[in-house]
Amino acid sequence: MKAFGVLLRRELALAWGKGGGPLLALTFYACVVVLLPMAAGRAPERLAAIAPGIAWLALALAALLSLERLFERDYEDGTLDLLALGPAPLEAVAVAKCLAQWLATGAPLALAAPVAALMLGAEPKVMPLLVLCALAGGLAFAFLGGLGAALALGSKRGGLLVAVIVLPLFAPPVIFGAGALDGYAAGLPWTGGLMLMLAYCVGAVALSPLAMGAACRNALD
Amino acid sequence: MLRVVLIKDLAISRGERRLFSHLDLTLVAGEAAVLVGRNGAGKTSLLRAVAGLLRPAEGSVSFESEAGPIEADAARAEHLHLLGHQDGLKSSRTAWEELRFQTLWTGGGEASARAAARRFDLNRLLDLEVRRLSAGQRRRLALARLAASPRSLWLLDEPMAPLDAGQREAFGAVMAEHLASGGMILASVHDPLPIPARSISIGEIGA
Repeated sequence: MKAFGVLLRRELALAWGKGGGPLLALTFYACVVVLLPMAAGRAPERLAAIAPGIAWLALALAALLSLERLFERDYEDGTLDLLALGPAPLEAVAVAKCLAQWLATGAPLALAAPVAALMLGAEPKVMPLLVLCALAGGLAFAFLGGLGAALALGSKRGGLLVAVIVLPLFAPPVIFGAGALDGYAAGLPWTGGLMLMLAYCVGAVALSPLAMGAACRNALD
Repeated sequence: MLRVVLIKDLAISRGERRLFSHLDLTLVAGEAAVLVGRNGAGKTSLLRAVAGLLRPAEGSVSFESEAGPIEADAARAEHLHLLGHQDGLKSSRTAWEELRFQTLWTGGGEASARAAARRFDLNRLLDLEVRRLSAGQRRRLALARLAASPRSLWLLDEPMAPLDAGQREAFGAVMAEHLASGGMILASVHDPLPIPARSISIGEIGA
């Protein structure tokens, strides 16, 4: 447990401090949110209708891009060997990495999501639900993205491969989350979508570390 | 503390190619063995197989502590240390941050990390980012984490390559101390180690 704490602190420092940290993901997020309306048309009533959806989808993309090299750097510089020989199993190492990633970029993105949605003209009453969806969804994105990053270890053009592996897995939380947001904004039942999304997050957090551990072991072999 | 490492009838294949087979080796506390052989003979693969990072095609590696045989996974999580070709250091972190993390991760304490830094003459470099260190300095930082953690089996892959003559001698003293306190060393080398060690040639047995 102590070793897990030591590792989590290090991963946080790496994810937070170096190479722009959350700032880069936030800037990317802002760019996508600004670009999408230019493509979708800028009539205010149309934008207001799709605003929560855009804020939500851009979140998934920003999470994906910041996760791509989650294991790759450690694999290339030999750190993964050292992590594999630590007191905690590789599954726990994967949890620490994904958790740190979520704290360093997922959580700041979740706080930026309502700002983006407001800018696009979404109704203010959706904001608490949007933050909740973004926090929980971000956790699922971090763990599923980590799974993609672990599976793509050692392959050339890993970035594209990660996206191809991960984006289909992102579909359920995006659908359920958007469903909950739309329903809430329109005054329709919305708790079902939220519950399904939370359930999916729990499943992702519980299961993907097993796959990440196996994928890392396979890459080291 | 580990007391015995037992390698029995080990065979390693990479892809379709069999690197070596029928390798037997017993290493007891206080003993060092060096692996010699041409490039690509399987020295690195053997070290990684002992570390459990690579699955051998046949045979087994087992470990015994004072209390008797222990699970390979437990031995690997607590008793062995691997230093590969790469130093395993993050270029954007400072030397001290890396040494401290790696020592704590492998069961050592902050005090032993400090002592190891002194031992390897790293004190002036601790505040520098790893990217500013030379290859030899980086290797010394990586070696310091071996000395800083309480693990008894050292698996070293060409540990001396980037070191200058003085540093080789200093590391030889550290290795001798490690052996004297009951440690074990299994190293792949091209140049002889500055300590007495059994020599095992790899890649000329069977096919």
